[in-house]
Amino acid sequence: MINFEYVKANSAKAASEARIKNGASQFIAGGTNLVDLMKKGITAPERLIDINALPLKEISLTAKGLSIGALVPNSVAADHETVKTKYPLLAMALNAGASAQLRNMATVGGNIMQRTRCSYFYDTTMPCNKRNPGTGCSAVEGYNRMHAIFGASEQCIAVHPSDMCVALAALNATVQVSGTKGTRKIPFADFHRLPGDTPQLDNNLQVGELITAVSIPTNTFNKAYYLKVRDRLSYAFALVSVAVALDVKDGMIRSAAMAMGGVAHKPWRLFEVEKLVSGKPISKELFTEAAAMAMTGAKTYTHNQYKIKLGKAAIIEALTKATS
Amino acid sequence: MHMEEQHHCPQESRRSFLKQSTALAALATASPLLVKAAENEEKINAYFEKLPLQLEINGQLQNLMVEPRVTLLDLLREQLGLTGTKKGCDHGQCGCCTVHVDGKRINSCLSLAVMNQGKKITTIEGLANGEQLHPMQEAFMKHDGFQCGYCTPGQIMSAIGCIREGHASSAEDIREYMSGNICRCGAYPNIVDAIMEVKQGGQKL
Ligand SMILES: Cc1cc2nc3c(=O)[nH]c(=O)nc-3n(C[C@H](O)[C@H](O)[C@H](O)COP(=O)(O)OP(=O)(O)OC[C@H]3O[C@@H](n4cnc5c(N)ncnc54)[C@H](O)[C@@H]3O)c2cc1C
Ligand code: SF4
Ligand code: FES
Ligand code: FES
Repeated sequence: MINFEYVKANSAKAASEARIKNGASQFIAGGTNLVDLMKKGITAPERLIDINALPLKEISLTAKGLSIGALVPNSVAADHETVKTKYPLLAMALNAGASAQLRNMATVGGNIMQRTRCSYFYDTTMPCNKRNPGTGCSAVEGYNRMHAIFGASEQCIAVHPSDMCVALAALNATVQVSGTKGTRKIPFADFHRLPGDTPQLDNNLQVGELITAVSIPTNTFNKAYYLKVRDRLSYAFALVSVAVALDVKDGMIRSAAMAMGGVAHKPWRLFEVEKLVSGKPISKELFTEAAAMAMTGAKTYTHNQYKIKLGKAAIIEALTKATS
Repeated sequence: MHMEEQHHCPQESRRSFLKQSTALAALATASPLLVKAAENEEKINAYFEKLPLQLEINGQLQNLMVEPRVTLLDLLREQLGLTGTKKGCDHGQCGCCTVHVDGKRINSCLSLAVMNQGKKITTIEGLANGEQLHPMQEAFMKHDGFQCGYCTPGQIMSAIGCIREGHASSAEDIREYMSGNICRCGAYPNIVDAIMEVKQGGQKL
């Protein structure tokens, strides 16, 4: 690992200022993604700004919903009583990610900011527009089994690897951000980007902006399921995942929130499918129709055609599990 | 550069060309970061500066000087000779390097040592009480929870964490919450048995 300067920030403002002052600096929280990328030479910050001393470790429930500090470890959020009882979808998604040790280190803010797991992004001998803008995308013509089927561009077909973010997208979360000019709120659906011509940008956070918390509004969902399909049962990234939260009464779906992971450069919210299933009685036919609708418009590459069939099956399974 | 000047070279222009091209090649191969740093002597010093770090490792206070890029794993193994903690993948993918920081299991290969200022670290060397092995160590021996033993320190540290966190209520639960520890020898069934026994024993870990 190339050496770097290490500083500790004692306020959010100081962290943002330090980040802007040195363009080659980066925040570090749990380090589980950044240290890995630094070891591989994919990123080489001149200076690390340790944000762990900031007071962003609270989980609080208000009348409007739940707020989770950016520095709350993934395991703490997953095991939190309120999260488990009021937002079980989030707890399930968190527990589906990484391993127990990594979840003890990984923070909520870092999880949102984690970079893709595209193998060419990780291989510094290969062209990659995300790592080295303008060099080309090795995955388009390469081994693209893990890659996107929605919203990709010829410049990049990578997927966002987070499980937690799929649940947050479905639950209409908001990302709280602070910068040198003040604070702002970014709806989860607008936080991550599609690759377009600038795949080096994963999200719409500006340089110097710090995530301080995520908030999730109160909801009426009484059924939830996070289904993650991967190459082994645990401790692997998703091939496809589905987050489902439903408000069901007397066999009728009153409202629904759904999103998919492993299919796009950002958590893929299924707005149309939510509309389709809302107000309808639970049935196998409805779930089949929902699955077909979810996969409409998918564009596959040489090795990821299977994701359409898998995606459909995963949606039916997730809806079935959530309602049974 | 120095060597080149000693070469006999009749054509001045050729020599300066050579000089220039080696300098360019050096620039091209050096990381832009280092080149930038080289422009400023002071900055270079900052890059390689060691920082003071105080930790409690297995109950002993340690006052150390460490470069920011040193991981907790490398600090333990290379600087402190605590080689019980193993390096398998160095990228968070195997669990060999599991230690406890303030009682919580983590992957020491992805933790920068300097980020653990003031923390209490427990490694496999810190579990036994003199000759008295930790109950989890006893259980691993009793159940043959290993073959080659390379993953074992990480498995044991992780297993203790698994019970402490309250995620060892069934064999299925244990398998899920121990998935961060890979065993190439496939000792998994015996590892699960060992953890079940300690859990059922009900001791405080
Ligand atoms: C082996 C392995 C398996 C994994 N498997 C999964 C998986 O199955 N599912 C899954 O979802 N994830 C998985 N992960 C990824 C893991 O969830 C992330 O590495 C973790 O969430 C990152 O959080 P962190 O706090 O460690 O971030 P860091 O590594 O500290 O930071 C990551 C990035 O976020 C930035 N950042 C951190 N905090 C903030 C903030 N508050 N504001 C602005 N920027 C910030 C940093 O500057 C950095 O660029 C896996 C990781 C590993 C190593
Ligand atoms: S898919 Fe994106 S991350 Fe992967 S090689 Fe192409 S540009 Fe790089
Ligand atoms: S060496 Fe740390 S997880 Fe493999
Ligand atoms: S005992 Fe050999 S790797 Fe686990």
